[in-house]
Amino acid sequence: MAKRPFLIPGVDKRLLVKDSLKVMPDLTRRRFITAGASFGALTMLTGCDVIDSSSAEEMLKTVSKFNDAVQAFIFNPDALAPTFAESAITKPFPFNAYYSLDEAPEVDGKAWKLEVRGLVDNKKSWTLDELYQLPQVTQITRHICVEGWSAIGSWTGTPLRDFLKLVGADMRAKYVWFQCADKDGYNSPLDMRTALHPQTQMTFKFAGETLPRAYGFPMKIRVPTKLGFKNPKYVLSMEVTNDYKGGYWEDQGYNSFSGS
Amino acid sequence: MSTLTASEATASAAPAKIIQPAWVRTMHWINAVAMILMIMSGWQIYNASPLFDFSFSRDITLGGWLGGALLWHFAAMWLLMINGLAYLVTGFATGRFARKLLPITPAGVISDIKAALTFKLSHDDLTVYNYVQRTLYAGIIVVGVLVVLSGLSIWKPVQLHWLVTLFGDYPTARYVHFFCMAAICAFLVIHVALALLVPKSLRAMIIGR
Repeated sequence: MAKRPFLIPGVDKRLLVKDSLKVMPDLTRRRFITAGASFGALTMLTGCDVIDSSSAEEMLKTVSKFNDAVQAFIFNPDALAPTFAESAITKPFPFNAYYSLDEAPEVDGKAWKLEVRGLVDNKKSWTLDELYQLPQVTQITRHICVEGWSAIGSWTGTPLRDFLKLVGADMRAKYVWFQCADKDGYNSPLDMRTALHPQTQMTFKFAGETLPRAYGFPMKIRVPTKLGFKNPKYVLSMEVTNDYKGGYWEDQGYNSFSGS
Repeated sequence: MSTLTASEATASAAPAKIIQPAWVRTMHWINAVAMILMIMSGWQIYNASPLFDFSFSRDITLGGWLGGALLWHFAAMWLLMINGLAYLVTGFATGRFARKLLPITPAGVISDIKAALTFKLSHDDLTVYNYVQRTLYAGIIVVGVLVVLSGLSIWKPVQLHWLVTLFGDYPTARYVHFFCMAAICAFLVIHVALALLVPKSLRAMIIGR
């Protein structure tokens, strides 16, 4: 899989709109490390780079991997995300993606099939009607975005662990890797322990209604123990695997575990 | 040595009097670096979803974009937390906190603030903190603890849910985190200004004397 550049402009949408063209040429690899007046000043004063940008980047990546391990260590598979009353639901629930709503995938629910690959006994693809037959539960939990904002929503669907059992997935595998229909090919790895968390859900409904296009029709994976960017929408396939296959945001530098 | 008179011995011993022990100086400057990294990357993270109707200029933020800022923030946090924890433990264990920061009496604080504002506050003996210093230093330790606890709350709102409850809920913890940062910045301005007004205090924090 092609490695994306570590620094992708256009991530802070709000910021990007504000700074627009003025800022974009500034967003270089170099700036990623040295952004900030004092670092710039320090560099000028000493006449040399205080922090070599590539070694700083390597250091930050190493610490991020260490943070993955720390988060996996403190992750308690029995700790439930707080649930809320219906009155606490955020209205309207925000649409959020790296593209506008117009550009959101339009998936034909009749033609769509969920592909199941990797370390599973039954690799059959599932139609939406077949998936709708599975027992469903509802959760009202807080969605927390990597940007800091949060919103409370109501999601209904099948616990992922029930589905993984049903298809005979190898529960000792390291990841469930999702590929989605978002433009530019969103994908994301979910560590198996989180995939088996009781609140991790294959979601088919939002607020009691069929999942709308804005929130990931026909199926999203609701993971209340992860930041929002690790909650795949418009899911096309899931693969049970021991390989770390990277992810759309993870490859750009967001911490891979990003548990909450 | 035996030929030294008593007064000579006193005179030569006096400049060697350590005002700031090595552990305080080391931890102070590690904390300074960690705090600046945390604040500057924190401003960039804030900009991704501002709590108020303003953003921080990109010239004073660290990380370049949200992802870069988060990497800095979650790396520097270890420096801040480990150093801060070591400082707290040492401060209590050596009795330095009790000796230097206590007592803090309202009357003492008021009279020292008056003296400070009229430039009559004495700085002859840097080993004894006046009431303004005691209040600011004890206060910033409390804020430092709060900024870490609120930060852990918004980093791990599920795993550390009990900690979030301490602040109310996740959005409130975000505000607490922000206001602690603001308090630290305010402290930093006053602290640096006063250190420059009394340069020997800055020297003591660098070479100890």
